[in-house]
Amino acid sequence: MIVTPTWYLFLAAALFAIGAVGMLVRRNVIVMFMCVELMLNAVNLTFVTFSKTLNDLSGQVAVFFVLVVAAAEVAIGLALIVAIFRRRHTGTTADDISELRG
Amino acid sequence: MVTLVLFIAFAIIALVGALGVVISRNPVHSALWLVATLLSMAGFFILEGAYLVSAVQVIVYASAIVVLFLFVIMLLGVDREESLTDPLKVQRPVALMLGLVVFALLIGLMGNHWATGGESATAALNSGGGGNVERVAREIFTTYLWPFELTSALLVVAVVGGVALARRSRRAEAASEVAQ
Amino acid sequence: MLDYIWLVPALPLFGAALLLTFGKRIGEPIAGWIATALMFGSFVVSIVMFSALRGLPSGEHAHTVKLFDWFASGGFKVSMGFLADPLSVTWILFVTGIATLIHLYSIGYMHGDARFSRFFAYLNLFVASMLILVLGSNFLVTFLGWEGVGLCSYLLISFWFERNSAAVAGKKAFVTTRVGDLGFMIAMFMIFASLGTLDYAVVGEKIGGLASGTITAIALLLFLGAVGKSAQIPLHFWLPDAMEGPTPVSALIHAATMVTAGIFIVARAHPIFEASQAAQDVVMWVGAITALLAATVALVQTDIKRVLAYSTVSQLGYMFLALGVGAYTAAIGLVVAHAFFKAALFLGSGSVIHGLDENQDIRTMGRLRKYMPLTGFGFIVAWLAIAGLPPFAGFWAKDEVLAKAFFHGDYAVWLIGVVAAILTAFYMTRETFLVWFGNERFAAVSAETEIDGEAAHAESPAGSHAESHEAGMISTESPTVAYGTAPAPARMTHAPHEAPATMTIPVLILAALAAIGGFIILPFKGFEYLTQFLEPVFETVKPIEAPSFAAGFALSTLAVVIAITGVLIGRGMYRKGLEDPAGDPLDRRLGSLGRLFGNAYYFDAVLARCVDGPIRRFAEWIANTVDQGIIDGAVNGVASGVASISNGVRRAQGGVVRQYALVVFAGVAALLIFALVRS
Repeated sequence: MIVTPTWYLFLAAALFAIGAVGMLVRRNVIVMFMCVELMLNAVNLTFVTFSKTLNDLSGQVAVFFVLVVAAAEVAIGLALIVAIFRRRHTGTTADDISELRG
Repeated sequence: MVTLVLFIAFAIIALVGALGVVISRNPVHSALWLVATLLSMAGFFILEGAYLVSAVQVIVYASAIVVLFLFVIMLLGVDREESLTDPLKVQRPVALMLGLVVFALLIGLMGNHWATGGESATAALNSGGGGNVERVAREIFTTYLWPFELTSALLVVAVVGGVALARRSRRAEAASEVAQ
Repeated sequence: MLDYIWLVPALPLFGAALLLTFGKRIGEPIAGWIATALMFGSFVVSIVMFSALRGLPSGEHAHTVKLFDWFASGGFKVSMGFLADPLSVTWILFVTGIATLIHLYSIGYMHGDARFSRFFAYLNLFVASMLILVLGSNFLVTFLGWEGVGLCSYLLISFWFERNSAAVAGKKAFVTTRVGDLGFMIAMFMIFASLGTLDYAVVGEKIGGLASGTITAIALLLFLGAVGKSAQIPLHFWLPDAMEGPTPVSALIHAATMVTAGIFIVARAHPIFEASQAAQDVVMWVGAITALLAATVALVQTDIKRVLAYSTVSQLGYMFLALGVGAYTAAIGLVVAHAFFKAALFLGSGSVIHGLDENQDIRTMGRLRKYMPLTGFGFIVAWLAIAGLPPFAGFWAKDEVLAKAFFHGDYAVWLIGVVAAILTAFYMTRETFLVWFGNERFAAVSAETEIDGEAAHAESPAGSHAESHEAGMISTESPTVAYGTAPAPARMTHAPHEAPATMTIPVLILAALAAIGGFIILPFKGFEYLTQFLEPVFETVKPIEAPSFAAGFALSTLAVVIAITGVLIGRGMYRKGLEDPAGDPLDRRLGSLGRLFGNAYYFDAVLARCVDGPIRRFAEWIANTVDQGIIDGAVNGVASGVASISNGVRRAQGGVVRQYALVVFAGVAALLIFALVRS
């Protein structure tokens, strides 16, 4: 049995789904963030897989850039979380930040 | 043969890690499970011959980003465990169902052949000379130079933004300290 | 030259605008003189228009001036235009002429009133509206003026609105004429719907082509408007109450001008009436019955102005009678003559009221000829005119009307007219004798205070007379002496004084016109000026000729006889005045019939009972159920429906980020389904 790219894609899809469900279900903000990273990783895997099957380096370049942007995003996101949660000392779940309530 | 074994091993670690992230009650545990997943990602990249991104994955993702997560968890003290019941009652079942649906859809879509262009001559996996790192680097600095510069600018913005966001709260704290 | 006809209404309209904005600053009496001068200017222009009309090349007898397109929407095109033809020029001549005199009179009458300038502004506005009414070249312009005079009538009747009775009378007049206006409007709609135009000339040509039912309906609806405006039965009851307004208002609006608008519109729309015999019969009978019934009511009235008010209603009935038989020129002749003598009578009575400190009860007057000779002379001349004695104008006019009715073959109507004529002569004689002749009943203690008129006038202090005009103070009591009220005890301690020149001169001029005005309507060949002048307007109408000169002469003699009879009976009863102010010999003789007359056949009471009951309930039902429930409910229902929908939508914005994320994810799933399905 050879490992075909399809297996990688399967795995990536599964990781993506798990990450998505995790983001929706967990209430701790940091953990939600981690699930976002999971999703991004699944996408990265997909990119690399296609890079290999299509014999094109652009996939790996894309992964490179995704990594960079994800890093920047995590930095800012965590800074935001710090800024928000420093203000409020009660409740640190995502449900508590509901000022956008209509 | 080796590839198969390695793939299965990494796959199991990745999936278990992902599930661990989602299921763990303690966020620190979630962070650690994330590390497992990320490292197995790096393994996959090596298996597919993408050595540069694998290295970058370990250096940036598995270490820097996860450490950042852990710092924030400790800083904010959000390591308390969440309660099991979800205040939004529909959330869990619907999320699970949607997750399964999306998974199925993604599988279904895998059979499509949307890429219709021909293979790139210069960006072929084995074009030019040198190993994977040189080739990827060559691509970045020639074809993708513009995005590269933009991302560097993005990083600067991120740094400045992070400093600004962190500073504001500190100034308020300093002010209240002075007032006392 | 005729293109300048628009100046005729423009001058008083300008006066109204000027006085409404700057009136307070201009103040008394300049405001009055400005208004009078503008009115006189309008009169002069009217005379110029008259000669210009006469100067038109033969064959032409009308000139239309289009000022601008008023409405032009879809098929509905109406222009603001004026039509200068003999009919409208006749009207503007006597309207502006009499209005000028009444403006002059008002300067003296309204002296001291707090809202002096506004009065003249309203008067000018009224005359402007009346002129627009008669000069209009199509129904819509006339309707504009029609509504304008209605508005001004309301404003002027309730001019002293501090009096509750005046405010109520104003509303009554407005609402009643509104009922008539409804008829006018529906008639206009029908005319437009069937003929596609509202222009008089075009309507006149095309009206014959319609079904006779339609024509009759249009005619009757127009007549309904006329009935309201000209106070015919059954919409007559606002006119006596309108006497709450200042006397110049009663003279101008309710005697000489506004009430003739109904006559005008029937004359102007005569092709429509000529095409429907049924409508003409209705007009004739309504006029005749009104003439008779109003005359009976006037017999026993005790207020000097009320007698004249019912007299006006009665005379208007005569005019409609004439219109109904097709004697248009006779009706118009009576309009002009009536305008002269009725205005003179009203102005004269205004001077009397003025001179007697706001006393309007004829039972407590008497022998005023001694104290107010000039006014008395004018009043007496006008009395002779209205009674129908030759050679005054009233005789020629009324005789013409009755003769035409007789020769048209409507003998029953003629008989009604004759009876009404006798009554007219009688009640006017009664009023004249009670006011100007007989014994003095106004003084507190008759013997001692019978002072020489001159001395009283010289020493009349700024005191008692001026008291009631002090700073425009208006009593809140109604001055009208309703039938059945006991006469107030005589309270004057000084003799009545003659009115100032600004008030006596108009009375005398009008009396003179009432005297000699008949020469334009003499029935003798060669003197029929008015008929000749108006002939081009009514060329499609079959003239009514006396079968022989002898027949005409016999009828005229009969008219003289009945006039003299009425006068003599009245003189016989009232020559010595009343011994007791509360005891009128006529009341004794008529008994309960007198009470019926005096209360105007209890028309007001019956109407009130009817309106208060079912109509009020109907109105309440509409106000509550239909308006609040259904209409407001629909509008509010839309609003609350939107609110509840948005409340529902609002729940989507919970503020919980995870909820949003769920929805986004669901969208992702949908997109993927879409991609899957499409490929």
